[in-house]
Amino acid sequence: MNAKEIRELFPVLNQEVNGHPLVYLDSAATSQKPKQVIDVIEDYYKRYNSNVHRGVHTLGTLATDGYEGAREKIRSFIGAKSTEEIVFTRGTTTAINLVASSYGRANLGPGDEIVITPMEHHSNIIPWQQVAKATGATLKYIPLTADGRIELTDVEQTITDKTKIVAVMQVSNVLGSVNPVKEIAEIAHRHGAVILVDGAQSSPHMKVDVQDLDCDFFAFSGHKMCAPTGIGALYGKKSLLEKMEPVEFGGEMIDFVGDYESTWKELPWKFEGGTPIIAGAIGLGAAIDFLEDIGLDRIEEHEKAIANYALQRLDEVDGVDVYGPRERAGLVTFNCHDVHPHDVATVLDSEGVAVRAGHHCAQPLMRWLDVTATARASFYLYNTEEDVDAFVEALLKAKEYFGHVFR
Amino acid sequence: MSLDNNLDTLYRQVIMDHYKNPRNRGEITDGSLTVNMNNPTCGDRIQLQLKVEGGNVSDAKFSGEGCSISLSSASMMTQAVKGLPIEKALSLSEQFSKLVQGNDIDDEDLDFGDIEALQGVSKFPARIKCATLAWKALEKGLNEEKEETTE
Repeated sequence: MNAKEIRELFPVLNQEVNGHPLVYLDSAATSQKPKQVIDVIEDYYKRYNSNVHRGVHTLGTLATDGYEGAREKIRSFIGAKSTEEIVFTRGTTTAINLVASSYGRANLGPGDEIVITPMEHHSNIIPWQQVAKATGATLKYIPLTADGRIELTDVEQTITDKTKIVAVMQVSNVLGSVNPVKEIAEIAHRHGAVILVDGAQSSPHMKVDVQDLDCDFFAFSGHKMCAPTGIGALYGKKSLLEKMEPVEFGGEMIDFVGDYESTWKELPWKFEGGTPIIAGAIGLGAAIDFLEDIGLDRIEEHEKAIANYALQRLDEVDGVDVYGPRERAGLVTFNCHDVHPHDVATVLDSEGVAVRAGHHCAQPLMRWLDVTATARASFYLYNTEEDVDAFVEALLKAKEYFGHVFR
Repeated sequence: MSLDNNLDTLYRQVIMDHYKNPRNRGEITDGSLTVNMNNPTCGDRIQLQLKVEGGNVSDAKFSGEGCSISLSSASMMTQAVKGLPIEKALSLSEQFSKLVQGNDIDDEDLDFGDIEALQGVSKFPARIKCATLAWKALEKGLNEEKEETTE
């Protein structure tokens, strides 16, 4: 299947926006969903909607099988040893917050260090700021190279024996940098620290193997990889998850409830208080089937080619700054001289081209880049070179439209 | 030049003129109240300074970074509120909010002047927050001023 055929599998892409065929270049914010995934969710609600892990009835068993079957698909998708290591969450943000609130608060104290990078998404910054405030630990940043990469020599200099947690994104949602998380994990472990990898921008686009990376925690979201919003997962090494306390208490996560004290279920359910996101989890399982059928390696290769083509086309346009290293994942963040990214995005939208404009939930990185905002075109398996052409055409129109104002 | 009619309803000539040549951009050095406001969805920020004398807005200046809509709106707002009594300025802000959301204006006598050009924003819901940023700063500043004087 080529990208054009894949595109046909996504109903939402088959429409006109503002009189032009939709060109959706905002998959780094959220991906579109193939019919296959939408159908699986509809089937769940129409045929076997029921709560999990409780009823003895037939529908309850079907729902439990679907929900736990999705957990097994995730385990295999990221190469975890066991489903005990896969905790369903609302998404990457909730997964990171779980680790920060549970592991972070229990294991950090004054004098300890948390190490992150300036390119992190707010969801991998603020939880650590809060833990640092609560425990007296210090938050440190690994410096970036001028083109927005992480050099291992800088990692070596930042991580010390005082470092207890390292938290770093595998792929930057702004720069497109692919970070050497395996090597960073090795350095972190040498100093006795654990490492959390934010996989929100990697798991949809490339093969991830948590055992090969040897990361201690891995967080990702379903909605960026063809699954619905509101579902994601946290991978954690069993030895760590076992020692961690739950952060949400209530139904579903208990073993025995006494009048004044209670005990928790075994892994992973002790972290899943309340009725879980059943349809979401089943949808995520279906999305994994869909992506694996096409092949993550093929998807990665395709997106790199599209991003490369976009970089080449943007090279031809005067007055455009592109941020991040040349070698990158499937997205391009840029600014036009004299045209604010909001205005760029509005003109592009009038041509049917959807891009993101703003700070991309990365205000520290915007300060590092010395800009208030940027525009971003991000690509996925359904994007084609024609999409890039439509994007560049629309960009030229935006420049022309605003160009006369400043001439 | 015209890209398409729809865009031209947003980017009216007078808006682009205020964007290119913002009025009242800068700082007031003496006796002013300062409001900093962010648009957290996009990172734009504005600093608005107001001088209030005898219940009237005697001066207004702004600085900051933003898109054509937010900066031109700030420029027009500072121009419009200068000389207005606090209550009148607040009422103008309220009506402006209705204007850009595509709602009917209650006060027929109100003279929007250049500001009327921003009505086109109502067709671009994603840009309403850009247009209202400076006005939110105005409301915050004037309400604080009111509280202080009544205390």
